[in-house]
Amino acid sequence: MPEIIKNGRVQHDDWQVVRLAEGEAASATALPAGRVIVPLAAWLLRRDELLARADAGVLGVWLAASDDPAALAPDLLRLQLVAVDFPKFADGRGYSIATLLRTRHGYAGELRAIGEVLRDQFDYLGRCGFDALQPAPGRYTPAQLQAALASLATFSTPYQASATHPQPLFRRAHRPAAHEEAA
Amino acid sequence: MYKYDEYDQRLVDERVAQFADQTGRYLAGELSEDEYRPLRLQNGVYIQRHAPMLRIAVPYGNLRAEQLRTLAHIARTYDRGYGHVSTRQNIQFNWPRLEDVPEILGLLAGVQMHAIQTSGNCIRNVTADAFAGVAADERIDPRPWCEILRQWSTFHPEFAYLPRKFKIAVNGAEEDRAVIRAHDIGLELVRDAAGETGFRVLVGGGLGRTPVIGEEVAVFVPWRQILNYCEAILRVYNLHGRRDNAYKARIKILVKALGVPEFARQVEAEFAHLKDGPSTLTEAEVARVVGRFDDPVLAPLPPTDAAHEARLAADKAFAAWVRRNVRAHKVTGYASVVLSLKKHGVAPGDVSAEQFELVADLAEEFAFGEIRSTHEQNLVLPSVRVADLHAVWQRARAAGLATPNIGLLTDIISCPGGDFCNLANAKSIPIANAIQARFDDLDYLYDIGEIELNISGCMNACGHHHVGHIGVLGVDKNGQEWYQVTIGGEQGNRTALGKVIGPSFAAEEMPDVITSLINNYIDNRHDGERFLDTVRRVGVESFKTRVYAERDARQHAKEVINA
Repeated sequence: MPEIIKNGRVQHDDWQVVRLAEGEAASATALPAGRVIVPLAAWLLRRDELLARADAGVLGVWLAASDDPAALAPDLLRLQLVAVDFPKFADGRGYSIATLLRTRHGYAGELRAIGEVLRDQFDYLGRCGFDALQPAPGRYTPAQLQAALASLATFSTPYQASATHPQPLFRRAHRPAAHEEAA
Repeated sequence: MYKYDEYDQRLVDERVAQFADQTGRYLAGELSEDEYRPLRLQNGVYIQRHAPMLRIAVPYGNLRAEQLRTLAHIARTYDRGYGHVSTRQNIQFNWPRLEDVPEILGLLAGVQMHAIQTSGNCIRNVTADAFAGVAADERIDPRPWCEILRQWSTFHPEFAYLPRKFKIAVNGAEEDRAVIRAHDIGLELVRDAAGETGFRVLVGGGLGRTPVIGEEVAVFVPWRQILNYCEAILRVYNLHGRRDNAYKARIKILVKALGVPEFARQVEAEFAHLKDGPSTLTEAEVARVVGRFDDPVLAPLPPTDAAHEARLAADKAFAAWVRRNVRAHKVTGYASVVLSLKKHGVAPGDVSAEQFELVADLAEEFAFGEIRSTHEQNLVLPSVRVADLHAVWQRARAAGLATPNIGLLTDIISCPGGDFCNLANAKSIPIANAIQARFDDLDYLYDIGEIELNISGCMNACGHHHVGHIGVLGVDKNGQEWYQVTIGGEQGNRTALGKVIGPSFAAEEMPDVITSLINNYIDNRHDGERFLDTVRRVGVESFKTRVYAERDARQHAKEVINA
């Protein structure tokens, strides 16, 4: 069973990400039994068929970097898991998608980063609202994944407001004026 | 300049630890080349022709004496004894070893410096007028706003992996000295009818392969909302900027593709959600940032100083330096001094360890410890008493920092070019040096008058050639280095892109080409007209004809001699 980082710990995970093969139609793809994360296109096309599994908490939806998270807004209360795919780690659209899901659409369930998810992006991913990080299978050894927990909070007191820090530093902390500091 | 508090310092310290760990994992083979590249770039580390190049951030060009001493130490210990001022006010070292970079970053952190986001596809160092806070024509001091933007953009979790690099510049003076029209976001500090401070926002400017002048997307964004508005711009860009082609990934391409009205509409729609949100600035926060700039309190002095006037009258060389390298200050009795890094024969922008130290000494003795770096690759002592100018001049002159050529033909802006840079098509520095050697006579330089000559070694345009009155661009023709010449470019309030005069030239032709351009100007100029004014009045064709006619004549003469 693959291991992922969830809520700050390394955990076993049995969700299966369903990716369409080249040319495969979202309307026709077969969904395995058990916990599955389906592409947005499949969800939008087959919503009536999939609702029961979503309500049972065994079906999540993943967004591609080019997807508009607003398309999922009406369903966010029913979904326990939403994932965002990073086709390449340097493709940063997923950070904005996560931010919008958390801060605009009020999504409070599990938000999982999938695809090319690397340790050195964990801090930024976490602050944009991802609470589950699923590196590509085989990218990290179990020991490396354990060590990677150290990268979850590289910056202890970031300047910005974000999904995890609703206030920017200047509203969150008392920052001393020059005259308040000893010379 | 801005003094860190414990939070600023902690973030920089945490960055040093992070990069040391990342570099360690890279050297141990745990991080691939592709995975490490954006991490090192966002710490200013390029892999260059000879060695890694380290670009150190100089936020909006502000430096302190102790920082220059640290730069001198780094130059001596880890480099070959010198550093280089870049065209975005940063400082670069060309010869450090990758293994030493974490240690260098540690030393920098000790003096409130870093290399954060000086490269890579992220929000880069915010730049501003080098004379901010002291310029006589300033409406609003941009530095506190730059610092607020610096903090907002530093490790912003949403905008670290943009489609391409992103540059912001801020101007608060009558004359734009920050090239805001050639930035991804150009901010102009203005006041509305009620006297409220705000920003006119330009988007989509940039030089590079596809030079574009930035366009106005907002006439007035109130100061409280500026982070929200910038966030809206960045989010639209991050989600919709092109990622399929690095050459079409800058925001200017998105703005062109959508059209300014549609781009502005999308930004407004995003801004509607963010307006008055948590990142809305407060008076307390602005006051705190302003208060952490430990600016000297300058009491006005008598406008004239008898001893200074006497030295001006007695010493022609001093008077020439004052005329060219000293600028008006907003406080009577003070002046800003430009220390020229354009001594003929030296790479434009290079500073030796000894010069770093001397400038630190001068700043401490005469300029309240403050130094600025300029995008024209010089250093500035922002506040010097007029009575001290002679002493500053003597010491600067002894160190080769008082060439009285600011704003003249040999005050050349130049990228490092093919001698150092991996991207370059051609060398830049030897061209600059050859032109400086040709125009070494100061009286002749003064006669030519104000002119800006900018050289880039490739179309990435680090040398800002598009906006030079004369622009030189290195191009590759069948593996050989050639140079394309533009004239009529301009920076500032009337920013304009230069026009190509015709086919490119070989390196050894360049001093002659510049001579032809200058001679055509001298033959056609009206009284008091600058080179640029003459180009505007008589047109490019006249200069083009002269340059190629004289080139043909030279080639013909050569053939006759060789025949």
